[in-house]
Amino acid sequence: MEIFEIVTYFVLLLLVSTAVRVVTTSNVIHAAISLVFTLALTSVLFLLLSTEFVALVLVLVYIGAVIVLFLFGIMITRAPLGKNAELDNDKNKKLGAAIAGSIFFLFSYILVNGFDGEVIITSGSSTELLGEILLSRFVFPFELVSFVLLAALIGGITLARKDEALIDEDQV
Amino acid sequence: MSIELIISLVKANIVLAVLLTNTILLIWFERKVVAGMQSRVGPDRAGPFGILQTLADAIKLLLKEQILPSKADRAMYLLAPLIALVPSFLIFMIIPLGPDITVEWQNALYTIPLVGADLNVGVLYFLALSSIAVYSVVLAGWSSGSKYPLLGGVRASAQMISYEAAMGLALVPVILYSGSLSLVDIVNSQSGNLSSSIPILNTIVSFIPKWNIFPQFVAFGIFFIAAVAEVNRAPFDLVEAEQELVGGFHTEYSGFRFAMFFLAEYINMFNMCAITATFFLGGWLGPTFEGILPPIFSVIMPIIWLGVKTFLLLFVFVWIRATLPRLRYDQLMELGWKRMIPLSLVWLILSAIVLGLREFGLPWS
Repeated sequence: MEIFEIVTYFVLLLLVSTAVRVVTTSNVIHAAISLVFTLALTSVLFLLLSTEFVALVLVLVYIGAVIVLFLFGIMITRAPLGKNAELDNDKNKKLGAAIAGSIFFLFSYILVNGFDGEVIITSGSSTELLGEILLSRFVFPFELVSFVLLAALIGGITLARKDEALIDEDQV
Repeated sequence: MSIELIISLVKANIVLAVLLTNTILLIWFERKVVAGMQSRVGPDRAGPFGILQTLADAIKLLLKEQILPSKADRAMYLLAPLIALVPSFLIFMIIPLGPDITVEWQNALYTIPLVGADLNVGVLYFLALSSIAVYSVVLAGWSSGSKYPLLGGVRASAQMISYEAAMGLALVPVILYSGSLSLVDIVNSQSGNLSSSIPILNTIVSFIPKWNIFPQFVAFGIFFIAAVAEVNRAPFDLVEAEQELVGGFHTEYSGFRFAMFFLAEYINMFNMCAITATFFLGGWLGPTFEGILPPIFSVIMPIIWLGVKTFLLLFVFVWIRATLPRLRYDQLMELGWKRMIPLSLVWLILSAIVLGLREFGLPWS
């Protein structure tokens, strides 16, 4: 198991360095691409934990869709090559560090207290188990989340379409 | 070194060699077919029937100067062709080329599956990797520091995301029918012939192989259209529209880096056709003529069948390119979001209802 652990720590180290780069770089596109690498390495961690379903869904949804839309948004609004001075905001660095640190400690406290050393998956493939649990024990929260997403979608469209001229399409 | 590691290394090298030589063949095939459809001759100087033309082009591209635009973002500019090429090789790893073969070597039997990796989440792996391809186009477009590539990149991000949704939704009914996310299981579930509970119908359909295309013809249509859009081929090639955008995202690329984009496009096209054949046309399944042909053919025939199906689909790709004009941008978006996604959702619900009825019977009985 020696090599496995070395690989895991190496991935973790890379993960932290790319995550730091997301917030320290002063180029929007570089930040987005660093975020892609961060998510890809998170997906590798999930693979190492043998939860291949979560790992691939992470790639599919976040890398394949969410960040591409980020990039799309950045590119059609402003995409300067090189550094963007506006992004170097020194005023809120301390506040940001404090919030990030407290979230980190809160999450690690909950995780260590809740699942310390507990083996959750004992047999079978994790994909099958996940599917069964999601559609039996957790079916109500699962459906609820999809409803919340639908509400967010409708809300987003309503906000974006507030322009009076666009609502009355017959007159256009 | 363990024997598994050696087998994996050999497989990886075979995949690399097959994909590279296959691309040479594929580019020649496309140029010849398009030339035939446009009443031209096509390449005919290098080698017999011009088959070495692509090789000559490749050597030319390798020897050319590689230009780095002065305004380009260096790191991203160099990264983009790599992002294009690597996923295209990785996707091919999950396509099953045939059933397991048993090899006897030094008095020991080894079972070698004819697939790079049999993943139990193969369908998701395919969708995830094909969604990475959009980064190469977007990054190449942005990092070139030029207007036309940027426009190509912006178009690509919207187009590829839209059609990815339709493609994923078209695959869900297939997964429901096959009951597995593994490509090996999906191929195996298509073996045998169709059957029906009605006796007269049964005699007619029992000659037809149980391929997913017959019950899932709508899903096949949606998947195939989305596949054409996903690899940015005509009529969905707005990303590199020559008449409007010079060359789109790869305008500023030259030499070997341009060759990498070119290679990735053709490997992706080949992968898409092989994946379509695997999902809908029974993959490597087909008569092996056991007993008539020498025994070695039971190993080779599945690969030949997959190749035949793949090249038939590739012919359709080229045919579409030679026939249809490019879509306008708003037509492209309307087709994706207003036609294909609703249609695939309706088809998914219909398939689920049919499968539910078949499994559990009518709700009141």
